[in-house]
Amino acid sequence: MRLTGKLQWYLIAIILTVVLMYIIALAGLDIYGLIETGLLAMTPLALAAVGECLNEQAGTVNVGMEGIFLITAVLGVYWAELLGSGLYGLLLGSATGALIGLLFGLVCVYGKANQVIAGMGLNIFALGLGPYLLMSIWAFPGIHVFSRELVFQPIQLRSGDVYFSLSPVTIAAIVIAVLAYLLLKRSLLGVRIRAAGENPIAVDVAGVNVGRIRLLMCIVGGALAGLGGAFMPLAWFGAVVKEVSAGRGFIALAAVVFSGLNPILALVAAFIFGFSEGLAYTVVISPGVKEIIPFYFVQMVPYAVTLIVLTAAIGGKKLPRALGRPYVRE
Amino acid sequence: MSKRLAALLRPVAESGVAVLIGLAVGALLMLAFGYDPVRAYVALFYGAFGSTDGVLESLAYATPLMVTAVTFGVGARAALFNIGAEGQAYVGAIGATIVGGVILLPAGVHPIAATIVAMCFGALWALPAAALKIWRGVHEVVSTIMLNWIAFWFVTYLIRTYLAEPGRAERAIPALPTARYAVIGATLTTVIVVSVAFCIAVTILLWRTGIGFELRLVGDNPEAAKYAGVSRSKAILMSFLVGGLGAGLAGASQILGRPPSWTLYATMGNVINLGFDGIGVALIGRNHPIGGILAAVFYGGLMHGGRYMEYNVGVASELVDAINGIIVIALAVPEIAAIIRRRRES
Repeated sequence: MRLTGKLQWYLIAIILTVVLMYIIALAGLDIYGLIETGLLAMTPLALAAVGECLNEQAGTVNVGMEGIFLITAVLGVYWAELLGSGLYGLLLGSATGALIGLLFGLVCVYGKANQVIAGMGLNIFALGLGPYLLMSIWAFPGIHVFSRELVFQPIQLRSGDVYFSLSPVTIAAIVIAVLAYLLLKRSLLGVRIRAAGENPIAVDVAGVNVGRIRLLMCIVGGALAGLGGAFMPLAWFGAVVKEVSAGRGFIALAAVVFSGLNPILALVAAFIFGFSEGLAYTVVISPGVKEIIPFYFVQMVPYAVTLIVLTAAIGGKKLPRALGRPYVRE
Repeated sequence: MSKRLAALLRPVAESGVAVLIGLAVGALLMLAFGYDPVRAYVALFYGAFGSTDGVLESLAYATPLMVTAVTFGVGARAALFNIGAEGQAYVGAIGATIVGGVILLPAGVHPIAATIVAMCFGALWALPAAALKIWRGVHEVVSTIMLNWIAFWFVTYLIRTYLAEPGRAERAIPALPTARYAVIGATLTTVIVVSVAFCIAVTILLWRTGIGFELRLVGDNPEAAKYAGVSRSKAILMSFLVGGLGAGLAGASQILGRPPSWTLYATMGNVINLGFDGIGVALIGRNHPIGGILAAVFYGGLMHGGRYMEYNVGVASELVDAINGIIVIALAVPEIAAIIRRRRES
């Protein structure tokens, strides 16, 4: 969780980013469009990754974020149509995620389930539930395009002749990452969360309910992933398809692994992965580039970057000792 | 009741309870949208097992699932969570398309050659995940999913460019008649024999050979394995490679052994989800290849019956995948198994 010792790496990363931006600008790509798309792609990853950091700090692994993304993306649109507002869609999408998190937490904490298998079960469940809901709600297979009025509008910034749009949810995601960091490092609840993951027996002896802390973090993790899931159709794509999550739940998981459960680093990882996705989209529509590199290869970029970054960055990350193990009082 | 029989029946009872929980949640989801679950389930099971054609069709659906279940199961035996069968099946299907659709070979040799190449392609695609796990400790859940998506776009690229059937944009070049497995009935072909044989071979490998013992020891008791001088890297590599062979076979079975198309659709609709469904099948079958065969027949029935249900009652067939997910979650909860154990003992 130390930030200072890694200062040199941050400097290198920032310098590399600036150099990369300069090259991109030289190549004639739309740099503002790139950052816009990068931030959009970052948002769901960051939300889910920060939530999962909290979750894993308390000792529960949820590999089912992909599933939560998919379910809340579909239901977020459903709520938005029902209530006639994109904002309500986002909020109720988040509430839906919290409910899934609660159920997952109950299965893991009180059912003492194998968390990885339960999380994968959640993914498979969503793989079926997503298309089932699309068919049952809108009677159309695989895709639903909703009214443009339901899109949650970004903030339009303008300086000179440069326009830049930024979603309030993106700002919220960054603020949440910082708050999560402060919560873990600077609060009593944070100490208890970390202790529940590190040494649950001590927490129990101190008279604090381990199960309740873990359950609470499962709900928070679910709520954040749910907000990210609803964000994708309602504030980004403008439609929901049955492949809407497209592995992003697992990219968020990679961000968590990269971060060593530090929410700020998870945000950084989410930005790297989101930026690579933004780069891919920008390249796809750039004249001169799209004729040379087939669209299919550009689509692989976010996944390949995730794999490479994870391979390069892994090692020496200390995880909570009781991570993934149900707490059984003796 | 003899102890052996009881030991054999307990996992069956546990899987049975999990299946019932899955079906109950499925019924709730149907009620939520105003469908009649009784009518739907009657249609589902009638469609799956109510006629000879239905049974043959269910077996055809079971054919790829029993081998993707081996991919997950043999991983789980080495304490791995290998969910890469999905991408390995895509790559295997491409291998089968290249050898079965482009290369000319005599009738007897052609399906065998195409199947072997497809299996090797699957194993090849499992290799990066194995290498990253062994050398860098990259968790296989993340690496295999990333490889699945890279495979998805790579295979889509090949289908739509070099391997596209001229004049028919929606699919790849079909397998040549010489490369096809013989049709038994409905869409079931003799490739099911290859699938079952593969499951039996892996069973023998796991429980009758030294390598299999080492693989299971690394999974069951890593400390003991270390003490006994068993190489963890070798066990992980073996597990991934055997799994890759299975997933490649699953992909090949849809190209070389599934009428009427004998080819890969450009959307990959006929191979998508084979890997993920295999995870559920493996868990219902208790990560045992033979248990996986039985679970695959059950799940193949759900898949075929699901289509019959969609046609007759109007419930979307994807509900079957949701039921599969609930079954997996139920199987993850040891408390459910404990309840069964207590009831038996009292």
